[in-house]
Amino acid sequence: MFTKLLLVGTGGFIGAILRHGISQWISKRTVSALPVATLFVNLLGSFVLGLITGLDLSKFWVLFLGTGILGAFTTFSTFKLESIQLRLKKNWKTFILYTVLSYTLGITLAWTGFQLGRLFSS
Amino acid sequence: MIYFYVGIGGMIGASLRFLIGEWLKSPDQWFPYSTLTVNLTGSFILAWFTMGIVERYSLSAKWKAALGTGLVGSYTTFSTLSMDAVFLYERGDLLLSLLYIGISIFGGLAFSMLGFTLGRRRAS
Repeated sequence: MFTKLLLVGTGGFIGAILRHGISQWISKRTVSALPVATLFVNLLGSFVLGLITGLDLSKFWVLFLGTGILGAFTTFSTFKLESIQLRLKKNWKTFILYTVLSYTLGITLAWTGFQLGRLFSS
Repeated sequence: MIYFYVGIGGMIGASLRFLIGEWLKSPDQWFPYSTLTVNLTGSFILAWFTMGIVERYSLSAKWKAALGTGLVGSYTTFSTLSMDAVFLYERGDLLLSLLYIGISIFGGLAFSMLGFTLGRRRAS
């Protein structure tokens, strides 16, 4: 149990730093009402998680990469808070666009990654 | 240096998410309860923290990043949500998959809105 926790925790340390770094980098370079930074990390993370799940890696990598790094790299709470802020600004178009893009592309990319991973694992 | 604080927050957030996953291991076989639990509670906490605590105590950027971006940001997850939806679909449970997505969409917004409102009330 302790080893598992250590793997997930170390992954979480790396994933959170990567998310913060990429978010800062993107935010400084884009002017958009759409929260592009969060959208980008969530879509990229969904694809990579699909890929590693399809590859059927060992428990070590699932915990470290999947639960730890990618789990922390992507975020749900920030996505929802940003959505609420768009809603309160009555920016309905962006609010709906953000929600629709996150879910449709996120799930499609996870599925694509999963199929690709399965292809390479066999 | 702020990166280090975000990392420590991430370490704690990811560990908590993992422990909730271990705790809900058997109900998770049927429906992704653990991901829903962390995502909904985390949405509430982040909005409440951002509106209530950060504003009221004018927290420094360091603490805001460590607790908000690091801890709560990593406690919740989007990649697992996407993969859970794919799993349910691949298992043949299309309706459960759609139900899961629906609860995530509307539940997440509702919990975040609730945290936002309670946090703002606390701050004023």
